[in-house]
Amino acid sequence: MNWIACYTLFRKEISRFMKVWLQTVIAPVVTALLYLLVFGHVLEGRVEVFEGVSYTSFLIPGLLMMTVIQNSFANTSSSLIQSKVMGSLIFIMLPPFSEVEFFLAYVGAAIMRGLAVGMGVFLLAVFYVKVPIDNIFIVLAFAILGSYIMGALGMIAGIWAEKFDQIAAFQSFIIMPLTFLSGVFYSISSLPPIWSEISKYNPFFYMIDGFRYGFFGQSDQPIMISLAVMLVAALVLTVICITLFRSGYKLRDA
Amino acid sequence: MLDPTLDAITVDGVSKRFGSLQALNDVSFGIHQGEFFGLLGPNGAGKSTLINAIAGLLRVDSGKLSILGNDVRSDFRAARQNLGVVPQELVMDPFFTVRETLQFQSGYFGIRNNDKWIDELLDQLNLADKADTNMRRLSGGMKRRVLIAQALVHRPPVIVLDEPTAGVDVDLRQSMWRFIRRLHAEGHTIVLTTHYLEEAEELCDRIAIIDSGEIIALETKQDLLDLGLGSKLLIRATRDIETVPLELQGKVVRCEAKDLELSFHRENDSIMEILDRLRAASIQIDYVSVVNDSLQDVFLRMTAKQGGS
Repeated sequence: MNWIACYTLFRKEISRFMKVWLQTVIAPVVTALLYLLVFGHVLEGRVEVFEGVSYTSFLIPGLLMMTVIQNSFANTSSSLIQSKVMGSLIFIMLPPFSEVEFFLAYVGAAIMRGLAVGMGVFLLAVFYVKVPIDNIFIVLAFAILGSYIMGALGMIAGIWAEKFDQIAAFQSFIIMPLTFLSGVFYSISSLPPIWSEISKYNPFFYMIDGFRYGFFGQSDQPIMISLAVMLVAALVLTVICITLFRSGYKLRDA
Repeated sequence: MLDPTLDAITVDGVSKRFGSLQALNDVSFGIHQGEFFGLLGPNGAGKSTLINAIAGLLRVDSGKLSILGNDVRSDFRAARQNLGVVPQELVMDPFFTVRETLQFQSGYFGIRNNDKWIDELLDQLNLADKADTNMRRLSGGMKRRVLIAQALVHRPPVIVLDEPTAGVDVDLRQSMWRFIRRLHAEGHTIVLTTHYLEEAEELCDRIAIIDSGEIIALETKQDLLDLGLGSKLLIRATRDIETVPLELQGKVVRCEAKDLELSFHRENDSIMEILDRLRAASIQIDYVSVVNDSLQDVFLRMTAKQGGS
């Protein structure tokens, strides 16, 4: 394991998104806050999902996690597709990176961006409404696991895609629907039984549900099930990413 | 200490197919340590495919490639650590400055605190005043020099330059070659692909010509020039030449007024015999000169022969 190489690539990926921090950090925070203001204003007092928890408070962990996962995905996928389209991928392919070093660097940077954006949303949201934290370790564990999974998924999309619009399609037709239908804005127990059951096959639901448990100590599914789903998803995506890099699929066979 | 008997680059039975195109067909050769080696060929001949295979940028279908004895797949760390590649395209990462680009590239090869060597490279490549300039703001020539610096940042003993002077002005080309010559004099193995055949003729010790995915010639520069064995005989007569003797008409390249240009084969033809025939036809010779084939003549003849087969 060449830790210097891995750390350098990780640092370069962080540097890359920090050079355009207005777009990569501030803009998603502002978007999440707009959701919070609009939905909170419209639905506050009309909907109570968990007993004793206001709708705006309920909404915050969902929005926070949604922002975290979207940005983690965007970090790896956009970095890889940009490097491919601009040709600068060669600077990563020529040095002696192993698949594990490559994976850890990219996913590590995706986690950092997810956490940076999530922290931004949280710090501004607490000025707006009281957000209880029942268990900070569960909050952190789900934030890190969620951004790890989405960073890995972004890596797969980035390796597979050859054009920017393929990444945009991945985001619009897979990431966005799965996120919006994962219980960000509602509890799946409030859905008709059939939709509630279908939601349980959406892996994003477990990210949001487990994360929310860390705030309120309540969730639609037992926390250990959510944790198990996340760990299995992380493992499967890790194996896929490492296998893709090792095979050179769409990276070394151009 | 490197084993001096090891080849810098070994290409052994390498084949690569893209769909119906056989880009490389059982290519084998070795490049010795310390050589200045030229890899020439027309567009689409397989040069870049071969360079990319050597650099580990694409997987070959069969065969083996190694850098200083290290297989580019099974021992990729040592192989890539020993290799610096200047790519053909003017690529760059638009987020960073020149110095940041070189610092990151050093780190990718496991090198920390490389600023002294980076400063030396910037200085040698006339980029010192651009160190803190964003890559996007550099001219094409400057970007090309940064690519060279990136390839050298980990001090590789083997350097591959894939058409490094394409689109570069004459002054910059000269200064780049001075720098590359210095690296060669310091013991680096240099592999060059270029479309400027006079560059290869001037710089390279040994040259391979590749066409349609096959090596059609692999000789020292002099042997390759001799391989053509072609020359031109330039003759000026004292009066306008009206008729060329019948037996020489097949050799006429040009005949204008007093000037006659004949092609001849250095082994099969005799200059004296040609001159005697001209005199016998009452052509009085004012002066004669002989011009040997350039590498370009040899290259064009060989690749044309291959293309026609």
